[in-house]
Amino acid sequence: MKYAYYPGCSLHSTGREFDTSLLGVCKKLGVELVEPKEWVCCGSTAAHNVSRLMATALPMTNLALVNEMGLDQVIVPCAECFSKFKIAQHNVKTDKKLRKDVIKAIHNDCNDDVKVLHPLSIFAEEPLLSRISALTGRDLSKLKVACYYGCLLVRPPEVTQFDVAEYPETMDNVLRAAGITTVDWSHKTMCCGASFAVSKPDIVVNLSHKVIEAAKSAGADAIAVACPMCHANLDARQGDMATEFGTHPKMPILYFTQLLGYSFGFTPEELLLNKHLTDAEKVLANAALNA
Amino acid sequence: MREQVLHIDTNTFSDSVEAVGGIDVSFCYQCGKCAAGCPVGYEMDMTPTQLMHAIQLGLKDVVYDSKTMWLCASCQTCSTRCPQGVDIAEVMDSVKILMQREKKEAQIPDVLKFNQSFVENLTWFGRLYELGMIGVLKLRTRKFTQDLGMGMAMVKKQKFSFLPSFHGAREVRKIFSRVKKLEKA
Repeated sequence: MKYAYYPGCSLHSTGREFDTSLLGVCKKLGVELVEPKEWVCCGSTAAHNVSRLMATALPMTNLALVNEMGLDQVIVPCAECFSKFKIAQHNVKTDKKLRKDVIKAIHNDCNDDVKVLHPLSIFAEEPLLSRISALTGRDLSKLKVACYYGCLLVRPPEVTQFDVAEYPETMDNVLRAAGITTVDWSHKTMCCGASFAVSKPDIVVNLSHKVIEAAKSAGADAIAVACPMCHANLDARQGDMATEFGTHPKMPILYFTQLLGYSFGFTPEELLLNKHLTDAEKVLANAALNA
Repeated sequence: MREQVLHIDTNTFSDSVEAVGGIDVSFCYQCGKCAAGCPVGYEMDMTPTQLMHAIQLGLKDVVYDSKTMWLCASCQTCSTRCPQGVDIAEVMDSVKILMQREKKEAQIPDVLKFNQSFVENLTWFGRLYELGMIGVLKLRTRKFTQDLGMGMAMVKKQKFSFLPSFHGAREVRKIFSRVKKLEKA
């Protein structure tokens, strides 16, 4: 299985552990990911606030690169990039004037046939789902995980075409295939504060705290995420939550790929578990020990 | 007693909002579902529903003086749940874009400064150079100590790339200048 791979800016910087763990897991699963050399930022949270044409042109110029590689499917793990790719494809399909302008702006064809996929979507289907079960070496059934999908994978559903918008289960199914217990809870798709990470952190601290509290009250030992922005907000803001609300949540936040990798038997170093601000190694080690 | 005259310009304002993002606000029938589900509603001075109404009425000044669109996190909950299929999050973007074109002051200036610093960063580096962007943003907002503790902890964990990459920088600059020309035309 061969796919183009668009990591996006975060996975080369603050979300490097997502990149490393995804590549490790994919290698084990026999999925080949090829990164186009000259990819650029998708525009992320900012471009659509400044110019709609810019926000559409940036994803489309990246999709043109995929096409030039002779591939027709691209794996986009960052939920922010995933959403921007999907929205751009949707907009050039529905808005003819925009499509013309995008072609002029990127000096390339508007490629809305390239299939933009989140890794969860391919992991949740056969043959990979069975392969995940077969590769599971560590028993993590004692670990209770709250799968947090956030906003951009699921909304708007007619654009992202990813599971059920209000109560998705794709990540739950993937982690369950690896023998991990996942919990039913209320805040699967509530916003963490997203792009306000640096511009309006008080909102992030408040919203992310609600997400963590909801996971706690559902009995979760850890939260699994699929987005580097959700990760940064939930993991790195716990110190501020302690200042604001009196107690440190001490909730480990892990990328779903780190959980898969750990269940396959990867070492914490291979999964860059030490990169998190809130300790995530102990909870995994304990779960494996008590199994 | 003289009544206060509100500047009402029904057609042109909602039309210019529609011209930016293609969303026709007249479909909104004020059910309030967007306001009910908005995670940031508690910070807003007008609910998303009220903002939609103000746009329908052409109350441009009321809309521009609001904090609401600057506090929109683009989580898309409103757009997903709207029974009339109005993409409210896109309307929020459209208003922000109009305000920037008209050089209006944002009620939450830090959000505008963040967006501009981010986009500017892309024209320099092609991919986001996080440390560079944060540095420029700090110079603009003058909030040097905000998040210092968290920032240092992240540096300690080597979360950031210290050096920027220049992959695709030239391409992004070209796209930006073409976009500017197309938008002026």
